[in-house]
Formats: sequence, structure tokens, C-alpha cells
Amino acid sequence: MSLHKEPFVDVRNLSVAFPTEAGLVKATSDISFSVGLGETLAIVGESGSGKTVSSLAVMGLHNRKRTQISGDIILNLESGPLNVITADPEEVRKVRGKAMSMIFQDPMSSLHPFYTIGNQIGEGWLLHNEGSKKDAREAAIKILDLVGIPGASKRVDDYPHQFSGGMRQRVMIAMALVNNPRLLIADEPTTALDVTVQAQILTLLKDMQKEFNMAIIIITHDLGVVAEFSDRINVMYGGRIVESGSAEDIFYRPTHPYAKGLLDSVPRIHVGKSERLKAIPGQPPSLINLPTGCAFNPRCEYVDQVPGGRCLTDIPNLYAIGESHVSRCFLSENAAVSGK
Amino acid sequence: MFRYVLKRLLYSLALLVLLSMVIYIIFHFLPVDPARISCGQHCSPQTVAGNRHRLGLDLPLWQQWWDFFRGLFIGRTYGDGTATFTCPAPALGFSFPNNACVTSLIAQAFPVTLSLAVGSFILWMILGISFGMAAARWRGTWIDRLANAFVLTASALPPFLVGLLLYLFAFSVHLIDPIAQGLWVSPFSDPVGFFKNFIFAWITLALASAAIYTRLTRGNIIETSGEDFIRTARAKGVKERRILVKHNLRTSLAPIVSQAGLDFGSLLGGAVFTETIFQLPGLGRLGLKAVLQDFDLPVIVGTTLFAAALIIVFNFLVDISYSFIDPRIRNK
Amino acid sequence: MSEMILEVNGLKKHFETGTAFSRKRQTVKAVDGVDLTIKAGETVGLVGESGCGKTTVGRTIMKLYDPTAGQVLLEGEDISGYSQNQMKPLRSKMQMIFQDPFASLNPKQTVGAIISASYDIHGIKPANGVKNEVRDLLARVGLNPEHINRFPHEFSGGQRQRIGIARALALRPKLIVCDEPVSALDVSIQAQVVNLLDDLQSEMGISYLFIAHDLSVVQHISDRVIVMYLGRVMEEAPTAELYASPRHPYTKALLSAVPIPDPREAKARERIMLQGDLPSPANQPSGCFFSTRCWKAQDKCRSVAPEVYEISPNHKIACHFPEEA
Repeated sequence: MSLHKEPFVDVRNLSVAFPTEAGLVKATSDISFSVGLGETLAIVGESGSGKTVSSLAVMGLHNRKRTQISGDIILNLESGPLNVITADPEEVRKVRGKAMSMIFQDPMSSLHPFYTIGNQIGEGWLLHNEGSKKDAREAAIKILDLVGIPGASKRVDDYPHQFSGGMRQRVMIAMALVNNPRLLIADEPTTALDVTVQAQILTLLKDMQKEFNMAIIIITHDLGVVAEFSDRINVMYGGRIVESGSAEDIFYRPTHPYAKGLLDSVPRIHVGKSERLKAIPGQPPSLINLPTGCAFNPRCEYVDQVPGGRCLTDIPNLYAIGESHVSRCFLSENAAVSGK
Repeated sequence: MFRYVLKRLLYSLALLVLLSMVIYIIFHFLPVDPARISCGQHCSPQTVAGNRHRLGLDLPLWQQWWDFFRGLFIGRTYGDGTATFTCPAPALGFSFPNNACVTSLIAQAFPVTLSLAVGSFILWMILGISFGMAAARWRGTWIDRLANAFVLTASALPPFLVGLLLYLFAFSVHLIDPIAQGLWVSPFSDPVGFFKNFIFAWITLALASAAIYTRLTRGNIIETSGEDFIRTARAKGVKERRILVKHNLRTSLAPIVSQAGLDFGSLLGGAVFTETIFQLPGLGRLGLKAVLQDFDLPVIVGTTLFAAALIIVFNFLVDISYSFIDPRIRNK
Repeated sequence: MSEMILEVNGLKKHFETGTAFSRKRQTVKAVDGVDLTIKAGETVGLVGESGCGKTTVGRTIMKLYDPTAGQVLLEGEDISGYSQNQMKPLRSKMQMIFQDPFASLNPKQTVGAIISASYDIHGIKPANGVKNEVRDLLARVGLNPEHINRFPHEFSGGQRQRIGIARALALRPKLIVCDEPVSALDVSIQAQVVNLLDDLQSEMGISYLFIAHDLSVVQHISDRVIVMYLGRVMEEAPTAELYASPRHPYTKALLSAVPIPDPREAKARERIMLQGDLPSPANQPSGCFFSTRCWKAQDKCRSVAPEVYEISPNHKIACHFPEEA
């Protein structure tokens, strides 16, 4: 679902699994979502929810020999639609770093320590633009300036270790934006940063989104970051989307027991006495041995409210509970609003 | 950067001086009397005393060292009376059994050792790195397993055993002429002869190192390919080949090249087993003869110091070159 | 009157970097003058961003580092100059739990061995036997006592953190220093561990020094909170007061930077955006450390370092121009 009629990226029934010695890891099962230009989708989940795996699939970064991928990921490029899953890997590679970019959690390890940032940003520019090394350097300076690196024309010849954490993340963002991408995927972009720097980076991303009219997919476990920044939210659990809706839907009308539990268990800054946190009992599931039926059933307090014990045997579909709000829970099955 | 180079240079020089002192002290405290040994079984006490005086062993230790140290810069005269010999700088000592300045003995032996070292170095680097790259690239396949078999076999065979077997094999199929073998021929005047002399020695020395470097290369490449910055390069749309060469290899090979520099440096001090088996008149044989046959202290001290100095020099070179590769070291 | 479990006066911990001969020898003043007290059954939260020194404070108190200056009094006993041998008998009073549940447990030891190690080291024989005691501890932290012979890798992150807590509890300490105990855990698990720590405190009267960067978690568990910046204390107050009316500009900026999991509030809230990055503790600014980023910094701030003083009962601050209440 997207707020736009024609989304930029349209993911349909994506399933990604990795065969390992211990068994088949079903990282994501049957994921569908879409994002339009200028829109921000947040994918929220904990470790083992499959959130990073889906975005790596969008970028075509999975090793096809070692991964079982099925479904469709359609990018509506200016030159026509491209299905990342079925297209030639070379075609997808040409689009990476140009129409779609990704930034990662730890900027220190994500930048090559031996090359200057000018070299690394310039490399990305040269891949998708005609020009000389000098042109690439100019482009790097321009984008570094845009993301707020002071003294960009000098700092372009510095090495990653010469930047502080917040500045390094800005460098990564600059590298991702140098070719005017239509889609930016940010995987936990602020988790490794201090809180005061976090705020700066989020503001930067928002400004850049306006500047470039990009679609943004932000992957995070931090509900505060999600609240600041997203239009739509997908809550993932056990490799599936368990609830999806607008930011208002998810925060003020959470329906899926996991989403509700998550929002209840997050400590918030408040006025007055601290109340005991309402924790979700148990652990996140193993993706090799997912529970039968609904993946959340071992931890769900509403299991008995569903007649016939279906939670333990059947996997619920995504049932509509609002205009663009769905929940994967049998309790929502009959709450469907007519039309979507 | 310049300051870093200067600092390393000064350290190296200081270390060399310290080293010469340490060597002197070690040999001084050996439970052998070089004066008595240098003259053989039946020696009169006068001859021994005379030898002791000739070798300068009756002087206080610091004096011995100081004369030695000075000799490195201005040359030195050895012996007295009718048998005096002057060695020009750098004077590492005088070998009475060989009747020659130690420096010239080393100068004669060194080209042999150098040829041995350079040849095996090239061989093991080519083998090691290419096998390692292949094993990493086709990890898990029969190529990888083959490379692993090679590593295990080559590591398990001690160099002297390999040398002996190779020598026997080559000899039995007439690839080695025991008379010509061991006669030094310059590579410039007789390249074919040179090659025939050294090829088996090169293989002997290179085998064990090739195994180590195969494993190192494979391990480093695989480890680097899991690094986050490789993932970033892929996300930017960089081609796989370029990722391998620019992003991976420079990082993976940097420590390997450094290690190679050190290994090469230590090889220049002489490879005792290999030189003995293949009768190559290098530094290893020179030192061995001095220890086992003559107990020729000046030669022992001279070759030890020379080998150690080479190691220090290569250490220095490796440090400097690594700082070119890894910018984090430069600005520390 | 509650007894004073821990009293820290003027604590300093400086690290020298660089080799003995290098010109680049720097002093990293990780902790540069910190006072704090913890009473029995109390939780004091210690918050700050990178380089503020909060982890170093925790480790110095535990005598994992020796203080460069200042005093550490454990139940009135000055342990600042104690050697590791002298500290050994006191270790039962003061324990620590760590941030990384994956790295802080020895993977080669069973859970039972990890928890009972303390008994072996101190030669303590619990009344009903070591094994039963360990089983009790496992149950108390919410784990299955039957898993006593399992290895750490068989547990999830949250469970491993519980094992770490059980180990810390083995000797019935009076004080536990918690160094970012929930930062590495999934959100839904964080709440479980925070609740567990709360319960253990009610049951056993343990005091906590709770070191964390997550201000929301700290608010939940602490009675009092100390805010650090670059090795110094900026503000200290009872929790409710600190969060409701922070007086130090840094505290205010920090609180306004914390993302709020509520879209309407997030949009409505007034954000104080700090410019620039945190200075390095090797290169402290002159005067007030926060002056380089403070929006109301004046000349006085840049030249004179403010002393910590009491701005209202139990509320301490180090600032020349504090905010209005």
C-alpha cells in the first residue's frame, strides 16, 4: 500500500530463505509493500524479524547462488519498470548507486579505511556519470557541502578515520546521494550515534528527502525514530509483516498484539511517577524453527480468545482494519472495513 | 610523515648499535675458549696465548667491542708482528682459518644467498598468492580442497627433507651435475647455468612458505569479503572485479606483503640446510663451517651481525611501506 | 536514615596515550572530577553521550581501573588506593553487569560454572549447597533451573543478560554497577530485564549505579540521575525533577533530542538542535566544556569552568547561566 497511485518501488510476495547447515532460515515470507517518491516507509522489527533482509533484496544484494528468493520487486524507473528479482544481475547493478542507494548502520566499518572519502564518493559518481576524476571530485565536494560537512573542499581529501561518528554518517549519506537516487534505504542509520547527533542526522535526511524528492525506506527498531520520521510503518515479526498502516494508525490504533505489546514496552520520557513497563514475555522466534501457525502465538496473551485454537495451526492473512491499515491477526478477521 | 620515517630510521640505527653489543656479550659468555679451539688439538700454551693475543681476546670486553665498532667505520689491522692484515672499512673481523677479511668472505658469499633468496621469494609469492586467490574465489569447491591439500603437504614436509628428496631425484635423472652444482656462476654471464644451479634449491625453500602464504592469502581475502565496506561498494554498484581488486585485495594483501618483506629479510641471512644440501657457497654454509669446523669467532660474529642488520633494515622498509598503504598509521 | 553504600569524591581518571617517547603524548581526561553518593536500596542513573566518562566512572568505582585522584568509599571504607588483593574480600559487596551479553560470558563454561565461580573464588559454601543455590538464582532471574548445565550460546541475548545478573547476585552484593545493561537487547526484551532489575531491588534491597545513554530507560529505573559531559558532572537531581524541569542547557538539549515514540508529540515538540560534534576528551575546551555547543554561551563560559553547586535542595548543577525552572 502506498499513498501514491504509482509507487516507485513495489514489492510483492517477497520470500527470502537461506539454506544453512542448521536448516532453512526463512528470513522473510510473503512480504508486500510499496513506497512512492517523497514518502517514507519505516520497517520496524527486532532481531530476526527479517527487516534488513527485505531491503537487501530490494537492492539486489543477495548472493543468488546462496539465497532462495521468490516474488517480485518492481522498480518504476524513468526508463521503464525493472524487476530486481528476475532481471539480469548486471542490469540491477547499473541501477544500484544511481536510482537506489543504501546507507548502513556503522559508518566506521562501512567506509574503506584506505581511501579518501573523495575517492570513495567519486567512485560512485564515476560509475554513473561521464566525466574525469576532477569532475568526480567536484561532485564530491558539492554533495559533502550539501550534507553539512564544514570545509568540504579540504575534507574531501581526508580519510574516514579522521571524521567523528556523526560526520562519518553524513559522509555515508553524501555517498548515497551523489547520483540523485529516487530511493534511499537507511538501515539503522542512527543506532550507532549519540542522541544529539541522531537528531541532526534525522533532520538531514528529512531535508535531503525534500531536496531530491526521494522515497525513503528506514529500517529501525527505535520507535522514537519511526515516530519522527515516517509516513507509513510496517511492523515485522518472524519474517512477516504483522501490521501495516500510517504512522497515526500504528501509534494510536495499534491492533496486532505484537505491535501493541511493543508500544507498551517501550519506555518513554514522561511526567510523573514511573509505571512498571509492560513487557512481552518470551523471546523472538528462531527463523529456522518458526512456530506453527502464527509466529507470535507463544508470546501472545490473546491466543485463547480465538476460537478453535487457530493461532496454533493457521497463519493469519493481513486483514483490513482501516483505510490503509492491516493486521495479521485472527482477531481482526471480522473487523474488516469494506473497501480499502 | 617525514617525522615518522626519521623516527623509524633513528630507532633502526640505535638498534643496530645495541645489537652489536649484545652479540659481543653473548659470544663472550660462551663456555668455549676461541683461542684454544682456533689452533686445533695439540697446542702449546704459548700458541694459545699467542692466539688469544692475536684475536684480541686478552683485552677487556668493552675494548674489544669498541675496537670492533670502530673498525666498522675506519677499517682495522689484525694480528701483530710478521702476520698483520689490514681490512678496509667496514671491517667485520679477520678469519685466520680462511686467511681473509670477514667482510670479503661475506661479500663473496652474499650474492649466492641473495640469488637463493630472490628466486625462492618470487616463486613462493607467485604460488602462494595465486593459489590463495583461487582458493578464496572458488571457496568450497575442488579447487579450494586441492589448495588445502597442497598447504597441508607442503607444511608437513620439513625443508631439509624436501631438499634431500629433490636432490636425489634430480640427481637420479641427471638433472644435476654434482660437480658443476655449487660453482657460482653469475646470472649475467651464464643464465642457463645459473638457473640449473638454483632451481631445485628455490623449490625447496619456496615450498613451505608458499603453503603459508596460500593459507594467509585465502584467509585474508575471505575475511575481508565479509567486511562492511565491501557491502557498501556493492551497494554503490561497483563491479565485482573492481571490488575484488580495489576494495578487497589492497586490504587483504597489505599485511601479507609486509610479512613477506620480513621473511625475505631473514632469508638473506642464509639458509643453512638448503645451501648445504645443494652445495651452494652462501652465507649459511659460511657460518656453518665457522661453527662446526673452525670455530672461527670473527666469522661467526660477522655473519650474525650481518644477518641481523639485514633483518633490521627490512623491518624498517616494511614499516615505511605499510604506512603508505594504511593511512591510519601515517597520521597517528 | 539510609546507610551510605557508596561515596565518591572528586574522582578523576586520566589515561595517557601514545608511547613513552612519542611527541603525541596526550592525556585523555576520561573522568575529571565527579562526586556521587548512593544509599542503600537506591538507584542512581548516570547518563551522557560518548566520551562523557560514565563507563569509566563505573569501572573505576569497581577498581577495574585505579583512580588518578579522588576517593571511593565503599560502606565508609576508602578503597581508592587498594590493590587487587585488598579488594578481593570486598568484591562480594560490589558487582557489575555488562553491556554485551554475548561477549561477557565465557563460552566454554556452563551456566552453572559461570554463576558458581564466585563461590569458588571466595571460598564460600552456601548453606544448601552450591548447585541448589545456583538453581535458586536461575529461577529468581526468570530462567529455567534445569538449564544449569547449558552453555551460553544456547541462550538468547536477553537470557544471557539474565545469566549475567544471576552471576552478579551470587554473592548478595549491596551494590551492582550496571554498565549499559539493556542497550544491546531487543526492545521487547529490554522491558523484561528492566522489570527484573526493579523486582530484585525491591526483594533484596540492592543499590544500582545504572549507567546508560538511553534517557527513557534511565527515567524508569532511577531515583536520582546524574548527567555527565566530557568527564564532568553537568547536573544532578531527583529523577522527576530532572526530567520535568532540567536546569542545565545540556540536559535540556539532551532531553529534547530523545526521539519520542508519538508522532503528534514529536511534531509538536520544540527541538533544541545542537550544532557540531562532541569534543574529544583528549582535547577539552577551556572554561565550561559545553560552551562550544551551548546556544547561550558567553565569554565567561568560555574562560571560567563552572563549579558544581546546589541550585535547589538535592539539585546540583555546574553552569553559570542555568535555565529557568
